[in-house]
Amino acid sequence: MPGLAKTVKGLWSLLVGLGVTGVEFFRPQLTVHYPRKEVDNLATYRGHIDLVAREDDPLTPRCIVCRKCVAACPSGCIDIESRLVGAAPSGDARELSLAPGLVVSGTRAAPPPREKIRREVAAFRLNYNLCSLCGLCVQTCPVQSLAFSREAYLCGSSRSDFEFELLERLRRRAAAGRQQAA
Amino acid sequence: MTMTEILNHPLTQIVLGMVLILAFVGVNGLILVWMERKVVGFIQRRPGPYEVGPQGILQSLVDGVKLIAKQLVTPRGADRFLFWLGPMLSVTPVVVCFLPIPFSPALTTMDVNLGLLLILAFSGINVLALCAAGWGSNNKYALIGAARAVSQSVAYEIPLLLSVLCIAFQTGSLSLSAIAADQSRGLLSWNLWVQPLAFVIFFISATAETNRAPFDLPEAESELTAGFHTEYSGMGFGLFFLAEYTYMIVVCSVATVLFLGAYDGPFLPGPWWFVLKVYALILALMWFRWTFPRVRFDQLLNLCWKWLIPLGLVNLLATALVLKLVE
Repeated sequence: MPGLAKTVKGLWSLLVGLGVTGVEFFRPQLTVHYPRKEVDNLATYRGHIDLVAREDDPLTPRCIVCRKCVAACPSGCIDIESRLVGAAPSGDARELSLAPGLVVSGTRAAPPPREKIRREVAAFRLNYNLCSLCGLCVQTCPVQSLAFSREAYLCGSSRSDFEFELLERLRRRAAAGRQQAA
Repeated sequence: MTMTEILNHPLTQIVLGMVLILAFVGVNGLILVWMERKVVGFIQRRPGPYEVGPQGILQSLVDGVKLIAKQLVTPRGADRFLFWLGPMLSVTPVVVCFLPIPFSPALTTMDVNLGLLLILAFSGINVLALCAAGWGSNNKYALIGAARAVSQSVAYEIPLLLSVLCIAFQTGSLSLSAIAADQSRGLLSWNLWVQPLAFVIFFISATAETNRAPFDLPEAESELTAGFHTEYSGMGFGLFFLAEYTYMIVVCSVATVLFLGAYDGPFLPGPWWFVLKVYALILALMWFRWTFPRVRFDQLLNLCWKWLIPLGLVNLLATALVLKLVE
């Protein structure tokens, strides 16, 4: 009687199901009661991006202002301001004027300075409201200056709460780290 | 009349009993909703209600306050009378269902000699309530839910009756007190050992009669929004909810009286044993709900007409035969 065998099998499967839920009932719960406890498995958590400091100077980011992250970001949420540092503090070395009066035939323009002109971050603004956490900026950064933060419990009451100045955050972090060390 | 005469008057006892029953129903509704949410939480390895009161015990009370405070809305095009008749009709008969239940020999509100019939008759009114609610809502989901409720209840009342009849045959009485008294001679005198099949049929049919998962087709939230109570909010919904949980207590109480020896048990006083058994059965109902997926409608009716009714009939005939032979 295949019908009867099927029925018995079906009834048995009901008992097996009850067994599964019955066992789960007595196993420990997995919920972490948030305000009183926090999760500790954030190593792979993707929060908003943060700047990574240089090894020799915790106040300066590794960023070289190549703006690849700005270009890579599909949401356009990164905005970098930079300033020049190095040989020409005022920046007039780069002022290549092509005014015809200056370049007289038979003369040479001054050669560019030997030292490299370096840019550094003046402001690194992230509009986290727009970010989709795709991580392309982190992936594309040539000097690993961007990393995901571990802020799992970020919250705010207005849009401006999610517009971050990452350089400021980096400096604040460094100051907090120094305070902790002291 | 002296004070004792007034207190001993049957009318006083019934009124007092009804008040106590209403209190019992209300408190149990709160506890059962909390328990159900705790059980599903534990099965899914989370705590369930946790924040309101210790272990969230006050959660259902707070939910109740919210439901009571909400505005009563009648949808446009609804039949006002039927729409509000539904929830009221679904809760009111519940009180009558508790009248003949013997919590202990002394703690029986009204010892009716047709108690079993009384419960079966009055719990049948719930179907009418669901039908009125679904019909009066002017909503296709509600109407389908009501239609399902009716066909399901009509179908499952038959195996329920067949299994109950076995016990009635055996005891020779329809009085719940008599059936309970018949089993009060220890664990082995319980009807469960004599009529295991009847118990299984009764319990399955009871699950279907109370519209509990896996037989919750009248509600079927994934197909019919909320079935017959789609259009209800606030206390309209609250009353249906209360009625559902109260009917759970009713069917589990009846199962306890019929099969599990009612108030019979060692050490503790009778009523405690009774409540303990009822709650164990309710826990099983909750366990079913959070384990089994909902059946399809044809499966539901097939189970009833092809399995439960034939088995119930065979069981009934066998019982009658054995009783005749023993005589």
